[in-house]
Amino acid sequence: MDRRESFKTMLLGSLGASLALQGCVDTTPPEVVEEALWKYTYGRTPKEQEFDEKLLCEEFFEEDELQQIETLANLILPPTEAGSIADANVVPFIEFMAKDVPEFQTKIKGGLVWLDIYCNAKYKLTFRSCTEAQQKEVLDLIAWPDPEAKEHPHEVQFFSLMRNLVLTGYFTSEVGIKELGYKGNEPNNWDGVPQDVLDAHGLSYDPEWLAKCVDPNTRGEIAQWDEEGNLIS
Amino acid sequence: MQIIESQKSYDVIIVGSGAGGGMATKVLADAGLKVAVVEAGPFFDPADPKTRTQLKWPYESPRRGAGTQRDFGEFDMAYGGWEIEGEPYNQIGDTQFDWFRSIMLGGRTNHWGRISLRFGPKDFKGKDKDGLGDNWPIGYDDVKPYYDKVDKLIGVFGSNEKLENDPDGFFLPAPKPRLHELYYIKGAKKSGVDVIPSRLSILTKRINNERGVCFYCRQCNRSCSVYADFSSGSCLIFPAQKNGGQVDLYVNAMVSEVTIDENGKATGVKYINKEDRKQYGLTARVVILAASACSSARILLNSKSEKFPNGLGNSSGLIGKYLHDSTGTDRAFFVPELMNRKRYNEDGVGGLHVYSPWWLDNKKLDFPRGYHIEIWGGMGMPGYGTGFNPNSLNKYLGLKVGGYGNGLRDDVKKFYGSVMGVSGRGESIAMKDNYCEIDPTTVDEWGIPVLRFNYHWTDYERKQSKHMHDTFEEICHNMGGIPLGDKPTKEQDYGLLNPGRIIHEVGTTRMGSDPKTSVVNEFEQLHDVKNVFVVDAGPFVSQADKNPTWTILALAWRTSDYIIEELKKQNL
Repeated sequence: MDRRESFKTMLLGSLGASLALQGCVDTTPPEVVEEALWKYTYGRTPKEQEFDEKLLCEEFFEEDELQQIETLANLILPPTEAGSIADANVVPFIEFMAKDVPEFQTKIKGGLVWLDIYCNAKYKLTFRSCTEAQQKEVLDLIAWPDPEAKEHPHEVQFFSLMRNLVLTGYFTSEVGIKELGYKGNEPNNWDGVPQDVLDAHGLSYDPEWLAKCVDPNTRGEIAQWDEEGNLIS
Repeated sequence: MQIIESQKSYDVIIVGSGAGGGMATKVLADAGLKVAVVEAGPFFDPADPKTRTQLKWPYESPRRGAGTQRDFGEFDMAYGGWEIEGEPYNQIGDTQFDWFRSIMLGGRTNHWGRISLRFGPKDFKGKDKDGLGDNWPIGYDDVKPYYDKVDKLIGVFGSNEKLENDPDGFFLPAPKPRLHELYYIKGAKKSGVDVIPSRLSILTKRINNERGVCFYCRQCNRSCSVYADFSSGSCLIFPAQKNGGQVDLYVNAMVSEVTIDENGKATGVKYINKEDRKQYGLTARVVILAASACSSARILLNSKSEKFPNGLGNSSGLIGKYLHDSTGTDRAFFVPELMNRKRYNEDGVGGLHVYSPWWLDNKKLDFPRGYHIEIWGGMGMPGYGTGFNPNSLNKYLGLKVGGYGNGLRDDVKKFYGSVMGVSGRGESIAMKDNYCEIDPTTVDEWGIPVLRFNYHWTDYERKQSKHMHDTFEEICHNMGGIPLGDKPTKEQDYGLLNPGRIIHEVGTTRMGSDPKTSVVNEFEQLHDVKNVFVVDAGPFVSQADKNPTWTILALAWRTSDYIIEELKKQNL
């Protein structure tokens, strides 16, 4: 059995052979399938999982379109020490969303072609082969929507969509969440706003209110009440 | 098609496993009765790592939590949604009723907001206040002992405030307010709007050794794997089983009708097994419907026979009528003082730590019923949508909107946690002309005729919504905030959301003493068929400015006690 066959046997054996997956393994290089399918491990219904497998196996963008998206994404959010488009897997995310939200498809494909048409007319180059200064000249035309306008030209809408997807892709990634400074999603013990924050905002807790609140030291003890409903443990 | 009859016979069949069905299961199984729970969706246990989404990060999903698969985001624990493939519903005329279903063990209790408010004395007697709608045949004193028992069995945090229509209870301690909630308290008090600790069925303190204590991840909508929030499976059905109860779970079993004998007494149910698409029969001495207000009405209306040509229990012609939902409208605020916030973990519990119960007297207002205000915001976990329009708020600061480059990183960080919002949730008037009925032109994929809806708001609700927005703006300005978007106009029904949208639909099998004007009696028993009961929100005469779950639970317990007594007396 060659590698591909053995991988297929292993994959279908372990996940249960959904139709979408069988098609997928037949048409997509096994290492791509392996990476895509085993990366995502959160709870989904069998139907949802099958749908995702189908999307993960489909290729919606051509290679040069993906590169163009990557170029654009790096102009929207250039790499810093905190993280990059590549670190945050922004391009695969955008590719997935284009398959997941069909309304995005024509807007993105059309917008990418428009960029090349525009650059060809102005610079006799594709968007990607333009210099960064030229690329920014183009973006300056489409990145500043008129806040008073009732409707926006298609190229402005295209850029706004790409900016949204790039930003949300970045700030929902591991590096992006770290850069944003979100501190939760882990077991902890909420005990109110830190004192220095209260002070900075000129706020304080009302002692009467605090008397109704959780005492972190006794929250593990089983609750008991008197007949009036007063907590006595 | 031949019906496959089960050899097993039960004391009680319970159709549906949400709040009402779960409570009936717990009480009746604890009393030693043989119970079959028939659930249209799959088995679900919040503790099962295979289905768990709690504590997952957005980047663990290819769509980063977007709502393309599940309406409230793909980590939300409701299998279903506003539209379900193969299980449609239709609208009559220009009606826009939105019907949310969660088809799984535990139903919508797996993802709900856990806001657990008792109805007050006035809520059971609305007609006495303003002549509109009807009074319930029971009052607060009838339900109070059951509310007390529900508080202690399931657990709810809150505070005793001695408010006349927001009764005290047996509360666990409340979590301290978050920063944006302190801003809200300041703004609301300036306008004379009361604010008190919220009341949510989340364990901020241990209530027994079977369930865990909240560890503050703010993800109750993903259903808690340590059972620190109330879900019907983890808090009622599994404990009933572990307690030695005789409970058989039938999952993926879609009940199509209640069966009867020649005397018009219920004998059991028929259901379609979703796995083999065959029809099965189950028999019992008592049938309890708890499939949700509209689904239970659908089952009864589809249970047609020579004796009951208009559907079972429908001699009044009122099954499906008086359908009503809470009113709702929302507004977001930008609070400049909350820009550039210091970062710390402020997840807290899943939902609001404070809220405003109804604080005014409708006699002095141009709409008849009240509303409460819910508060949301804070430095929550990023999800799909975080970073959209990254600097649109710049327009309030006199700065440019749009652009590209690393300034956008700074914008997202600057505004993180500076937008909060409020939601008004109010009481509507139950109307006979707002209803669901069987649509004879359409069946679902299980061959069962579906529902169609007829529902229109009146000026009672529109004027209430206008008042909500006036209040929201005043509070927002008091806080130094800027209300986002435009204030909804009269032409936009003052922002009133579509009926159904608040997911508090009730009233389709309403309770009353007179069989001509109601479907069930005060014990949620069909007037026409003594051994059939409805323990979801169908029997609600009116849906107060509270959330319905705590009242569903209290009434289901009360009804279950009644069933036990009646069985002992051999009356069923």
